[in-house]
Amino acid sequence: MFRNQYDTDVTTWSPAGRLFQVEYAMEAVKQGSAAIGLRSKTHVVLACVNKANSELSSHQKKIFKVDNHIGVAIAGLTADGRVLSRYMRSECINYNYTYESPLPVGRLVVQLADKAQVCTQRSWKRPYGVGLLVAGLDESGAHLYYNCPSGNYFEYQAFAIGSRSQAAKTYLERRFDNFMGSSREDLIKDALIATRESLQGEKLSSSVCTIAVVGVGEPFHILDQETVQQLINTFEIVREEEPPAEEPQPAPEQDAPTDQASGSGAAAGDQGGSPMEI
Amino acid sequence: MDGVAESQRTLYPYVTGSSVVAIKYKDGILMAADMGGSYGSTLRYKSVERIKPVGKHSLLGASGEISDFQEILRYLDELILYDNMWDDGNSLGPKEVHNYLTRVMYNRRNKFNPLWNALVLGGVKNGQKYLGMVNMIGINFEDNHVATGLGNHLARPILRDEWHENLTFEEGVKLLEKCMRVLLYRDRSAVNKIQISKITDEGVTVFPPFSLKTYWEFSAFKNPTVGAEGSW
Repeated sequence: MFRNQYDTDVTTWSPAGRLFQVEYAMEAVKQGSAAIGLRSKTHVVLACVNKANSELSSHQKKIFKVDNHIGVAIAGLTADGRVLSRYMRSECINYNYTYESPLPVGRLVVQLADKAQVCTQRSWKRPYGVGLLVAGLDESGAHLYYNCPSGNYFEYQAFAIGSRSQAAKTYLERRFDNFMGSSREDLIKDALIATRESLQGEKLSSSVCTIAVVGVGEPFHILDQETVQQLINTFEIVREEEPPAEEPQPAPEQDAPTDQASGSGAAAGDQGGSPMEI
Repeated sequence: MDGVAESQRTLYPYVTGSSVVAIKYKDGILMAADMGGSYGSTLRYKSVERIKPVGKHSLLGASGEISDFQEILRYLDELILYDNMWDDGNSLGPKEVHNYLTRVMYNRRNKFNPLWNALVLGGVKNGQKYLGMVNMIGINFEDNHVATGLGNHLARPILRDEWHENLTFEEGVKLLEKCMRVLLYRDRSAVNKIQISKITDEGVTVFPPFSLKTYWEFSAFKNPTVGAEGSW
């Protein structure tokens, strides 16, 4: 996208009816490292690519447990993601205190979306620069939602966000018809393969990815490194027939028409990114 | 002791309802209460409905101050309204309503301005039966059978002996009538106009009021002081 005279304030419309600051916030999500989510009738799996700044530092935490029945994976400005996770935890715990019952995911997601919308309509605020994949269980089953900096939210069978997420999405699009009836193990396997797709040739190992699961009778928890490595080893024995798809130019997530992405760092995004963005 | 002006705090109840008795049965919850509203020792109002449905899944019965019960019904009305406004297929079940009421009652107690009630909250959601009680000081619990006021002393011993899992509707009503009859004989603030309500997964039914048959010719009633000679 090019700079223009309508993109300084979030409260300024462009003549074409766009809020550029909001769209720029969604670009920040695309720069973050990939996060993937998929769900069946009874389970939801979240996976994300963990890139550390250097060999010396630890990985950024991108998956957060919000409650026993809800977890979230983020992509974009992780600091914003942390703050929103804290808000979500607070809402869940307050609801539980008053009603002794878990907060339905659908309601949490709406509250989150309304919070994000506020930041698109105040001149002294900026939109949150983080996309959230919210995984949760409630009375009506397992759910996966995507919350956007614009204040929109959508429910998905499977989704991927962040850099090189298109590769994962392509894989998921091929396979999502089966997800509803998948077993927990198959779902995790599909999550790992989708993660491998967005690694684009790099070797998939438990040091570069994190997996979390929530399901009926299974509270949200992040799988530990050993378990993940074992799962990778088990699954990689059975080689996939389809080779990883060639990554097309990442398609924009919103309706806004794309300007020619003039090397806006999409390719080498995570490597040389600013410290705020992972 | 702040929150409202000293003159606005509830100090004593004025128009009160007597016991409520409720049990779990095979299909849901059965609740019974009489329709009396006493003004001190006068049985002043005789058509007070003390059991009301709340949302789709719950039934609330109250004893104690009737005006506070009406206030609680307004709180719950608003709660259910906002719950429905989400329009998302989720709804507050009896457990949630009971806990909400517990928070309200306990909070008021902490401000020394209680809602002078003992509440019975029963309901069914997705086949799960729930029956709980909360009173003006915030004591709350759930059980298979609950009662308020004098019902705790007169009705619960009967229920402890005779309640069992999977009572049929007829058995449940008979059991409640037995409890209400004892209360009618022995509780001076009871009136002989009973309302029974049931709630199942299908919904709420409030039955029309009826009277219990009583028998006053027991020799113990006719000669209550026989055997008292020799005591002071």
